[in-house]
Amino acid sequence: MQKGASIRSAGAGLRLLRQSGGHRASPQQENRRATQAARTAPGDPGATHIMLNFILRKLALLIPTIIGISICAFAFVRVLPGDPILAMAGQHGVTPERYEILREQFGYNLPIWQQYFNYLGAVLQGDFGVSLATKRPVINEFMALFPATMELAFVALFFAVAVGIPAGIFAAIKRGTWFDQLTMGVALTGYSMPIFWWGLLLIIFFSGYLGWTPVSGRIALTFFLKPITGFMLIDTLLYGNWPAFVSALRHLILPAIVLGTIPLAVIARQTRSAMLEVLGEDYVRTARAKGLSPRRVVNVHALRNALIPVVTTIGLQVGLLMGGAILTETIFTWPGIGKWMIDSIFKRDYVVVQSGLLIIAMIVMAVNLIVDLLYALINPRIRVQ
Amino acid sequence: MKSMKTLMAATAMLALAAGAAQAKQLVYCSEASPAHFDPGPVTGGNDFDASAHTIYERLVEFAPGSTEVIPALAESWEISEDGTEYTFHLRPGVKWQTLPYFTPTRDLNADDVVFSFERQWKEDSPWYNYLEGMTWDYFQGMDMPKYLSSIEKVDDLTVKITLTEPNSPMLANLAMQFASIVSKEYADQLEASGDLASFSTQPVGTGPFQLVDYQLDTVIRYQAFPDYWDGKQPIDDLIFAITTDASVRAQRLLAGECDIMPYPAPADLDALRANENLVVQEQEGLNIGYISYNTTEAPFDNPEVRKALTMAIDKAAIIEAVYQGAGQDAKNLIPPTMWSYDDSIEADVYDPEAAKAALEAAGVTDLTTDLWAIPVSRPYNPNGQRVAELIQADWAKVGVTANIVTYEWTEYRERGKQADRKGPFMIGWTGDNGDPDNFFATLFSCSAIGVSNYSSWCNEDFEAAISAAKTTSDQEERTALYTQAQEIFKAEEPAITLAHSRVFMPMNKKVLNYVMSPLGSHSFKDVDVQE
Amino acid sequence: MTVSNEPVPTSTKPVSGLREFWFYFSVNRGAVIGLTVFTILVLLAIFAPLVAPHSPDIQYRDALLRPPMWDANGDPRFILGTDPVGRDILSRLIHGARYSLFIGFFVVVGALFVGVILGVLAGYFRGWVDVVIMRIMDIILAFPSLLLALVLVAILGPGLFNAMIAIAIVLQPHFARLVRAAVMAEKNREYVTAAKLSGAGHFRLMLVTILPNCLGPLIVQATLSFSNAILDAAALGFLGMGAQPPTPEWGTMLASAREFIIKAPWVVTFPGLAILVTVLAINLIGDGLRDALDPKLKRS
Repeated sequence: MQKGASIRSAGAGLRLLRQSGGHRASPQQENRRATQAARTAPGDPGATHIMLNFILRKLALLIPTIIGISICAFAFVRVLPGDPILAMAGQHGVTPERYEILREQFGYNLPIWQQYFNYLGAVLQGDFGVSLATKRPVINEFMALFPATMELAFVALFFAVAVGIPAGIFAAIKRGTWFDQLTMGVALTGYSMPIFWWGLLLIIFFSGYLGWTPVSGRIALTFFLKPITGFMLIDTLLYGNWPAFVSALRHLILPAIVLGTIPLAVIARQTRSAMLEVLGEDYVRTARAKGLSPRRVVNVHALRNALIPVVTTIGLQVGLLMGGAILTETIFTWPGIGKWMIDSIFKRDYVVVQSGLLIIAMIVMAVNLIVDLLYALINPRIRVQ
Repeated sequence: MKSMKTLMAATAMLALAAGAAQAKQLVYCSEASPAHFDPGPVTGGNDFDASAHTIYERLVEFAPGSTEVIPALAESWEISEDGTEYTFHLRPGVKWQTLPYFTPTRDLNADDVVFSFERQWKEDSPWYNYLEGMTWDYFQGMDMPKYLSSIEKVDDLTVKITLTEPNSPMLANLAMQFASIVSKEYADQLEASGDLASFSTQPVGTGPFQLVDYQLDTVIRYQAFPDYWDGKQPIDDLIFAITTDASVRAQRLLAGECDIMPYPAPADLDALRANENLVVQEQEGLNIGYISYNTTEAPFDNPEVRKALTMAIDKAAIIEAVYQGAGQDAKNLIPPTMWSYDDSIEADVYDPEAAKAALEAAGVTDLTTDLWAIPVSRPYNPNGQRVAELIQADWAKVGVTANIVTYEWTEYRERGKQADRKGPFMIGWTGDNGDPDNFFATLFSCSAIGVSNYSSWCNEDFEAAISAAKTTSDQEERTALYTQAQEIFKAEEPAITLAHSRVFMPMNKKVLNYVMSPLGSHSFKDVDVQE
Repeated sequence: MTVSNEPVPTSTKPVSGLREFWFYFSVNRGAVIGLTVFTILVLLAIFAPLVAPHSPDIQYRDALLRPPMWDANGDPRFILGTDPVGRDILSRLIHGARYSLFIGFFVVVGALFVGVILGVLAGYFRGWVDVVIMRIMDIILAFPSLLLALVLVAILGPGLFNAMIAIAIVLQPHFARLVRAAVMAEKNREYVTAAKLSGAGHFRLMLVTILPNCLGPLIVQATLSFSNAILDAAALGFLGMGAQPPTPEWGTMLASAREFIIKAPWVVTFPGLAILVTVLAINLIGDGLRDALDPKLKRS
C-alpha cells in the first residue's frame, strides 16, 4: 500500500471514528477514557473472562474475512489481463501443443471453482504455490524477503517515535510559540509529502551531491554474512561484526527516513493533541497547584497518561507500514516484499501476486487484531460494547 | 566523511582478512535477479549472465567481442560435405566444479554433452519437465527439434550431431547460452535423491566461476574455479549486486559501490563520462527497433503509402529525444556490424511536404489510425511511449491522426500478432547468434506470420532469397542473397526501421580487459582488477 | 458503542452556525492560507488554456530538456524549462492541476456516494445486511491500499479513469464505517424516534434526519480523501499504472522524467513540488474544517 495514504486514511478514519460517530468522543475524551483505564487497577476477577470472550469474538469474525480475502486474491489474478503461460515464455513464444500441456499442468483447464478449492486446499497445507518466474516456492521467497521489509519498517517506526513524540510534547508545552507553529507546520508538510518524490530528493542530495549515504542495498558488499535472522542489524551484531553493523545502519538511514516521514507526522500531531488534553486535566492542575515543578508534572503525570492513545496510534502504523513499503522499496531498490509484489505484478507472476496478496492481508489482519486487543486491554469499555 | 569511509573500509578489510588474504574482487551491478541458474530454460539476458557466462560453457563459443565461433569445450569439429553431420572432439581433462553439494568423480565426457541436449529435446526424459511449468524456450525457438536428427556418443571424447537438413546457422546456435553443457553425473545424483529442482538453484559447471551464494533479489557471489581448464581467473571473487533501477546503478558506480554496470540510462551518460574514475565503453548493438505496418490492412497494403508515412517521421528527433544520442538511424533491418549489411541502401529522408503529396497521390486523406506503443523499455527502444508521442506529432503535420494504444507486454505481443490488427505496431528484436537469418527469417518470413512477423508480410522474392541463404554455407553467396533481400525490403517498406541502439558499458578505470559482446552478454572471463 | 450525553453538535440556528463555522475557520491562519492556495489552484485549472504560456502538448524540438529560465542555459520562453520532448513544463503543470483536482473531486464524490449508501444500509438495518457489508469493507481494508489499487488498475488496465475507480474503491470503506457508526449512534436518539413516530419512512429518516448529523466528520473525511486521492493517483502514475503519457498528470510527469533525475533535476522537482503544495493546501483546509466543525476541540 502506499504507506502514506493508507496510514493517513486509516489512521484518520479511526481517529474520526473514535472522535465522532460511534461514541461521539473527541480524541480528548478518548484520552480521558484511556487515562481512566490506566488508573483502574487490573486484576478485576470478571475482567479475564470478558477479555477472553472479546478475543474469541474477534477471532470468529476473522474467519469469514479470511475466506473473503482468499476469494479476492484468487479472483483478482484470474481476471488480470495477460496469459500466465505466455508470460513465462520469452521472445520466441511457445508452441500451441506445449501451451495445452502447460495449461493442464497448472490446472488452468479445470472449472474455476475447482481451481479455487484446489488452491485453498494447498494453502491450508502451507503450500502457496511456485513462482512462475523462478520456480521457487512462493513461501520461501516471502520468508527470504520479509525480514528486509520488517527491518526497514521497524527502523522507520523507531525514527518516527523517537522524533515524533518529543516534538509533539514540546510543541504542546510551548503551545502557541514559534516552536509549536514550526513543528506543526513541518509535521503537516511531512503528512502531505508524496514520498516517492521525497525519496528521490534525498537520494539526489545525500547520496548524489554530498555522498554521505549509500545509494541502495542493505549492506556494503565487502561484508558477506550468511543470514541468521535475516535482520541485517541483528545478524551483524550476532556475528560481532561492528563495521558491518555500522554499514547496515548507514544503508537504512535514507529509506527509514522516507518510510518514517508520514508516521512521524501523525505521531507528532497525535502526541501534541493528547498532551494538550492531559495538561488541561484536573489532576494535572492539582499537581501544579501543589507546587510540583513543571518538569515533574510533565514527566510523571501528563506524559504517562498522554502516551496511551499515542501507543495505539503507533500500533496502527506498524500494520500499515509493513505492507506500505512499495514506494520506498522501489525507490531504494530495497529487497523486500513491497518491491517483490510490484515486480511480480509487472512480470505477471500470477502465483506470486495471488499468494503474496493473501499473505500480506493476513499479516495486516493479525497486526490489527493485536492492536485491537491491546487497545481493549487498556480501555475496558471497548470490550463490553 | 571521506576519512570515515576509508576508516570503515579499512576495518572491514581487517575483518575479512582472516578469511582470505587480499582477495581480488569485482563487483558487477547487474540489472535484474536471475530466475535461476539453469541456462537451458531461462530467456533473459540477466539469467544468462548469471549462469551461462560464469558457471557454464558450451562446445563452441563466440570469440570475445565478436560473433565468430571459436573452440571451447570442443577442441575441434568437422562438418560433413552435405552439411548434416557435425562431429565434435571434446577437450580432454576438463574438470567439473567441486561444491559442497557435489563432488565429481570424472572429467567432462560425451555423456554430458548428449545429456545436455537430450534433456531439452526428449519428452520422456525426467529432466524435460523437472521444474513446474518450464519450457525450453530457446531450444524450441531456434527450431532445434526440427533440425536435430540425433546426438550420439562416438567415444568418451567424441560426439556426433546429425541434422535432418543442412542449416548454416547451426554452429552459431550451438554457441548460444541454451546449449550450455551440464553434468550428467550431477543430474544422476539428484535424480537418485529425488531432488531434481536443485539442479536450477545449486549449479555445477565447468566454467571459470563457481557459485558461492545467492541472496534473493540482492546479491550473487561467485569465486574463481581453481581447477578451471584454462587456468584460474585473475580475480578471486565475482559479485553481482542486483540493482534494477538504471539511475541507481549509475549512482552506485559513481559512489564506487560497484566496478562495472550494464544498461546505463542514456540521460546518465554525460555524468558517467565526466567522472575521472570511470570509462564508458560503447558498441553498436545487435538489435533493431522497428514499426510494423499491417500489410494486409488498407491503406497500409500500398507500399507507396507505407513509404510516405515513413518519410513523414522525423527520425533524427526520435533518436535525439528517446535514444538520447545512444542510437543510430536504421536504414536496414540488420545492424551495420552484421555481415551482409548493405551500406548502399539510401537512408530514409524526412520530408513532410513530399510525404503529404505522396499520400494525396495515393488517395489517402484524413487517415485515422491506431499506433501501438511498446509498454516496456527494451534495449532496442528505451521508451515506446515517447516514440509514439513524437510520431503522433509528426503524422499530424501530414494530416494523419494517430491514436496511441498500448497493453500489458504479453497481451501487447499477442494482440500484435492478430492478422486483423489495426495500425502500425512498434516492436524490435535483439540478435541471438549474429546470423542474418536470425533477423530476416525470424521476423519477416512467410512462415513467421502469426508468430513474429508482425507485418503479416509475405513477399515471394524476399522469401526465395532468405530460404536459399539458409541452406547455403558459402558466405559470399549468402551475402549476395541477403543484399538482395535488403533491397526488396526497402522497396516494399513492410516496416519502418527506426534505430539500432548503441550499447554502453560504464566501468571503473581499475577494471582491466573487459570486452563487450556484440550479442549483449556480459562475461567476466579473463577480466582483472588493478590493485 | 457507548451513548454519550454530549449535546448534539447540530445547529439549532443554522445561519449563525455557518457564521460560527466561518469564525472558527478563519481564526486558523493555516486554514486560510490553505484555502487561498487552493482557490488559486482551482482558478488556474479552470482557466488553464488562458493562463498557460504554451500548449501542454506542443513539442519544441529545438529546445529539448531546457533548464528553467534563471539558469544560464535557460530559455526565456520556458519559465520552468522543458521536458525531454521539448514541452513547456510550466504549461504542463498548470494543465496538470486540472487532472489532480478532477481526480480528487471524482474520487471523493464516488467514494462518498458508495460509502454513505453502504454505511447507512449497514447501520440502519443491522443484521445480515450489516454483517455482509462490513465484512466486505474489512476485506478491502485488509489489503494495503496502494497494493490493492495497483492490482485493481492492473486488472482494469492502466489509465487515469481506471486509477480513479481503483482509488475510490480503496477509500470508500472509511466513509462506510464512519457513516455506519454515526447512524447506529443516532438511530435510537429521541429526535429520530420522534420522527419515526410521526410516520417518517426509512429513506426519509436516513437521508433527512440522521445523515445531516454526521456531516461534520464526513466533510473532514472527504477533505482527507481528497488529498489522499491526489497522492495515490500520483503514486500510481509514478509506478506507471496511473494516467498514461502524454497526459500532463503530475505523478506521470514525474515518472516519465525519472531517468533525468541527475541530468535535469527540474523535470523531477517541479511536478513533485506541485503535488506537495496542493496536498498541503488541502490538508490545511482539512485541519481548519476539523477545528471549526468539532466543537469539542474548540475548548482546548
